[in-house]
Amino acid sequence: MQNIKHIFKKEFRAYFISPIAYIVISVFLIIIGWLFFSTFFLERQANLSRFFSLLPVTFAFIIPAVTMRLFSEEINVGSYELLLTLPVTFRDIILGKFFSAVAFVGLMLSPTLLYAVSTSLLGELDWGPVAGGYLGAVLLGAAFSAIGLLASSITRNQVVAFIIGMAVCFSLTLLIDFVLFFLPSGLVGIFQYLSANYHFQNIAKGVVDSRDLLYFAALTFVALYVTNLIMQEKK
Amino acid sequence: MIEIKDLTKYYGDLCAVDHVSFDIRKGEILGLLGPNGAGKTTIYRILTGYLRPTSGDIRVKDFDIHVHRTEIKRLIGYLPEAAPIYHEMLVYDYLDFVADIRGVESARKLDHIRHLADLCSLRQVMHMTISELSKGYRQRVGIAHALMGDPEILVLDEPTSGLDPNQIVETREIIRRIGKEKTIIFSTHILSEAEATCDRMLIIDQGRIVADDTLDNLRKELKQQSFEAIFRQLTQGN
Repeated sequence: MQNIKHIFKKEFRAYFISPIAYIVISVFLIIIGWLFFSTFFLERQANLSRFFSLLPVTFAFIIPAVTMRLFSEEINVGSYELLLTLPVTFRDIILGKFFSAVAFVGLMLSPTLLYAVSTSLLGELDWGPVAGGYLGAVLLGAAFSAIGLLASSITRNQVVAFIIGMAVCFSLTLLIDFVLFFLPSGLVGIFQYLSANYHFQNIAKGVVDSRDLLYFAALTFVALYVTNLIMQEKK
Repeated sequence: MIEIKDLTKYYGDLCAVDHVSFDIRKGEILGLLGPNGAGKTTIYRILTGYLRPTSGDIRVKDFDIHVHRTEIKRLIGYLPEAAPIYHEMLVYDYLDFVADIRGVESARKLDHIRHLADLCSLRQVMHMTISELSKGYRQRVGIAHALMGDPEILVLDEPTSGLDPNQIVETREIIRRIGKEKTIIFSTHILSEAEATCDRMLIIDQGRIVADDTLDNLRKELKQQSFEAIFRQLTQGN
């Protein structure tokens, strides 16, 4: 447990030593802020549903950029060898890095709470879906972080890690929903269940269902577990 | 202290280490020598838990490498060949991180880091990022990393490579000083350095041990006085 904390601390700090944190946070806020507010005043509705419907796609692009360096950089410069010869287990390393990415996503998301505050000043804001939306955002962020971490563990090239992570996250959000059109009705249920967007939108309605929670927990666990297998295989 | 038995490592079809067996006693300074590509670094990487052996056993004290990897890592301080480290971290932050991971108690941590900074002459660069350091300083940060938390065993892969003559003498001095209470394995291409520091020489070539003895015994056995001639004779035979 202690070691997870130490690795978490080192990784979380590392985000802010390099310019990556500031760039990623700025880009995220610019994109999501623009997309949200460009139609906000036209719709004349005091809710954040549009913000939350945009979030999965934005996360699919942004989070792999957050996680791409976690393993790739270490493998590339060779510090991976140092890390692995310190008295830590794979579990410590993976969880430390994973939680640092989740904490970063949480931090990146926190300025958007101002959207909720400012919306509530303009009209009667229903806080239930907002709370659900942020819970869903954290779960979605965690799942995408785990996928990004997995992508980072298979290559020494950060760009490749980013593209793989983005492709997987993107498939889980938009692509599956798009494919639903063309599927025979028998398969729709199965594919819908695989869609991260579907589960996220359920939670973002303010309905916290155990099936949706389980989906994100399972997705996160599987991605972290496969990362562990890849680290074992690398030896 | 360390028993290595029938250690073999294949990278795909390439056999990097071929049935290597040797022991290291407590307090011994062992020189692991051999030409580039002989398998030294692979042996270190297996011993320090970075790579898994294809076959063979390693016991460190009472721990088996197949079962107690983390316990063994705790006993070993390792300086990898190129001392590659976190470029963007400050030297102090890096040493602080290693101290945490190695379980140095927080009450003692600052003193311990200070002590190592003095030992490795790092005082004046503690506030700099690792990427700003010269090769020699980087190497010394690597040595401080290896010494962190007073591990009983030190594995040093070419600790003096890239250093200037003054630094080489200083580093050798550090190794000898700490070698009094620790078990050390180290490699170098400077034979006079091995001669001056090591109790025993283990010479490997193409993944196999070609000699495992004190230098005096090797001289008698091969009827050669110069260490260089011995080295060449043993590693150029094939």
